[in-house]
Amino acid sequence: MAKKLRQLAIYGKGGIGKSTTTQNTVAGLASLGKKIMIVGCDPKADSTRLILHAKAQETVMDKVRELGTVEDLELEDVLREGYAGVKCVESGGPEPGVGCAGRGVITAINFLEEEGAYTPDLDFVFYDVLGDVVCGGFAMPIRENKAQEIYIVVSGEMMAMYAANNICKGIVKYAASGSVRLGGLICNSRNTDKEAELIEALAAKLGTQMIHFVPRDNQVQRAELRRMTVIEYSPEHKQAEEYRELARKIDENKMLVVPNPLTMDELEGLLMEFGIIEEEDEEIIGKAETA
Amino acid sequence: MSETCAVKKVTEITPEEVARVKEWINSAEYREKNLARTATVINPAHACQPLGAQLVAHGFEGTLPFVHGSQGCASYYRSTLNRHFREPAPAVSDAMTEDGAVFGGQNNLHEGLENAYNLYKPKMMAVFTSCMPEVIGDDLNAFIINARNAGLIPQDFPVPYANTPSFNGTHIHGYDAMLKAIMADLTTDKKVEGKNNGKLNLIPGFDANTGNYREYKRICNEFGIPVTVLADISESFDSPLDGTYRPYPGGTPLAEAADALNAQATISLQEHASKETIKWFSSETEAPVEVMPSPIGIANTDAFLMKLGELFGKPVPASLKDERGRAVDAMTDAHQYLHNKKFAIYGDPDYLAGMISFLLEMGARPYHILCSRGNKKVGKFLQALLDKSPYGEGCQIWINKDLWHLHSLVMTDPVDAMIGDTHGKFVARDADIPLIRVGFPIIDRVNLHRSPYIGYQGAINLLTSIANTFLDIVDRTCEDKHFEMMR
Repeated sequence: MAKKLRQLAIYGKGGIGKSTTTQNTVAGLASLGKKIMIVGCDPKADSTRLILHAKAQETVMDKVRELGTVEDLELEDVLREGYAGVKCVESGGPEPGVGCAGRGVITAINFLEEEGAYTPDLDFVFYDVLGDVVCGGFAMPIRENKAQEIYIVVSGEMMAMYAANNICKGIVKYAASGSVRLGGLICNSRNTDKEAELIEALAAKLGTQMIHFVPRDNQVQRAELRRMTVIEYSPEHKQAEEYRELARKIDENKMLVVPNPLTMDELEGLLMEFGIIEEEDEEIIGKAETA
Repeated sequence: MSETCAVKKVTEITPEEVARVKEWINSAEYREKNLARTATVINPAHACQPLGAQLVAHGFEGTLPFVHGSQGCASYYRSTLNRHFREPAPAVSDAMTEDGAVFGGQNNLHEGLENAYNLYKPKMMAVFTSCMPEVIGDDLNAFIINARNAGLIPQDFPVPYANTPSFNGTHIHGYDAMLKAIMADLTTDKKVEGKNNGKLNLIPGFDANTGNYREYKRICNEFGIPVTVLADISESFDSPLDGTYRPYPGGTPLAEAADALNAQATISLQEHASKETIKWFSSETEAPVEVMPSPIGIANTDAFLMKLGELFGKPVPASLKDERGRAVDAMTDAHQYLHNKKFAIYGDPDYLAGMISFLLEMGARPYHILCSRGNKKVGKFLQALLDKSPYGEGCQIWINKDLWHLHSLVMTDPVDAMIGDTHGKFVARDADIPLIRVGFPIIDRVNLHRSPYIGYQGAINLLTSIANTFLDIVDRTCEDKHFEMMR
């Protein structure tokens, strides 16, 4: 029986831990026997290093730059296998300040499709996407026939929640014409106050779920120093169990929704409710400390 | 720039300097520098993807080609088609500008679809893109669904779309993408299990010779095989002048195209220009899907006719056998004027393959073979053809080289003639050799797009024009004592 390929995109504010969370979750799924491909959609190209034990994988756009054309590029030039047979590709992109990184993502994904990277044995494809949905190129992974489930990595910090809400706005736009849905929020804990409750509340307002609360644990950093996932570095550690738990939840997740993004006032209200920001005092706005 | 560089920086150019450089660009030294050039392209032998997409769109009944992108780009495709066929090429553009680049082109597309639908009353609009919406990543699928949901166009009105970035591939890839999109759209839910309508789907590939299309239909007619040409531009760009303007003359009937998945067989005659379409046909139908070489020359035409016979269980009709005999006779009469002559040819991979096969059959040498957009696979594909004949020995294949490279090649390693589209005329003039015009676009001679070069009749046309071109030169340039009545 032909397996149904599930394609997932992981979004979230820059620096929130998308790549770390993605790779640990993928390692968790792989340890459950799933066949997976990771497509890194970030010019920084750090979406696969823990799976490959590599400093940085050679990217599609690196090879294109070298060859001068995408036409002579072969799949084996850019596809690597890492931990538990996980296939890894990085789209890569231009140097900061020049060119168009969004187009790089489009070029890379088109290339993968044309060269048959989406083999029938795969259970999952994960797209690890830079920061916010900033342009058409970075929304490429959630076009029709690509990722249909989105997970947003978030923490209890204000800007992370703003970003998550903005990403939901992007999802609504694409959900209107296609089948892309939000699968849930992954809370990557920063040990802020009442973090789990806050993200639960945000999820409820968005009409989704907090699929898992990943506690903060330095074991993640210890594993990263060895360019490994926790799953591989210390499979018995409790943090590895957290990622396996997240992987299981994603594997079994049936709750796919079109989110209801919050207005700015609603979001601020929520933050005030949890004491993240204080009641607005018109008197203090725009006043310097010494004034 | 080094001291020894032959082009000096000058503010005032003396006639002597002009003469020196004019001489120098024909030298082996310049050739070496020219062939090392990679960063710039000068006069490439291909056009961009959307142009191919537009040609396909014109080949369907009542279809309005719709360019999602900039207006200037749309003008280029239209004017190139228009100059080649000397017929109008009606198409619309949604004229994206600066704000479209920032906010995405959905508003332009929506307004354009609504206007064009109401003003030009097409039966289908085929949407394809210029560079700008591709760079910013416009999602055509989503935009078109949104347009339907907003009531700008009816839910069931066909709007196939293709992503055709000009900075990638060539007109043949745009042709392929658009054809596949149109076929996938029109045939949705039209496949009937177990049905065979007894027809042939014929995909000519990117071919801007209306005579070729008529020839394909005539050949199938001789066989008694009902054929659906995908896409048929023969009437679109060669409609009768009778005083009535028709915005959408001819084209493959949409109902006929919609039935394509119930056909007895599908044949593509340009492998490289129909890869995606063929892949799609193969996945959608159990009926045979065959890719044959373009029937240029005798052997390729033989293969095409035998394949037709095999797929439809019919013998090759006597009329076509006679035609083959006449073509062979014409070859025999003309071969001495082509034998061992060297040619430079340039163009698309499948056209080149056909032309190589034809020239080798004539004992001629396709000496410089230039494909300005290709890869190693294309090079191997063409080399395999050369390897089959002693006349292919020493012939050279130039992949990803342009017509300015060809200038250096024919100046340092000369040929007797060039065969190709109008863009080669500058090289031919500098080299003082004839250019036999075949292909696209031909914008400096009339009516050549009506003269087929495929099939046996096409072989006769080709060798006649090549041989007579050489004879004209002899008559014009020979000494009086050699000026003969008979040649």
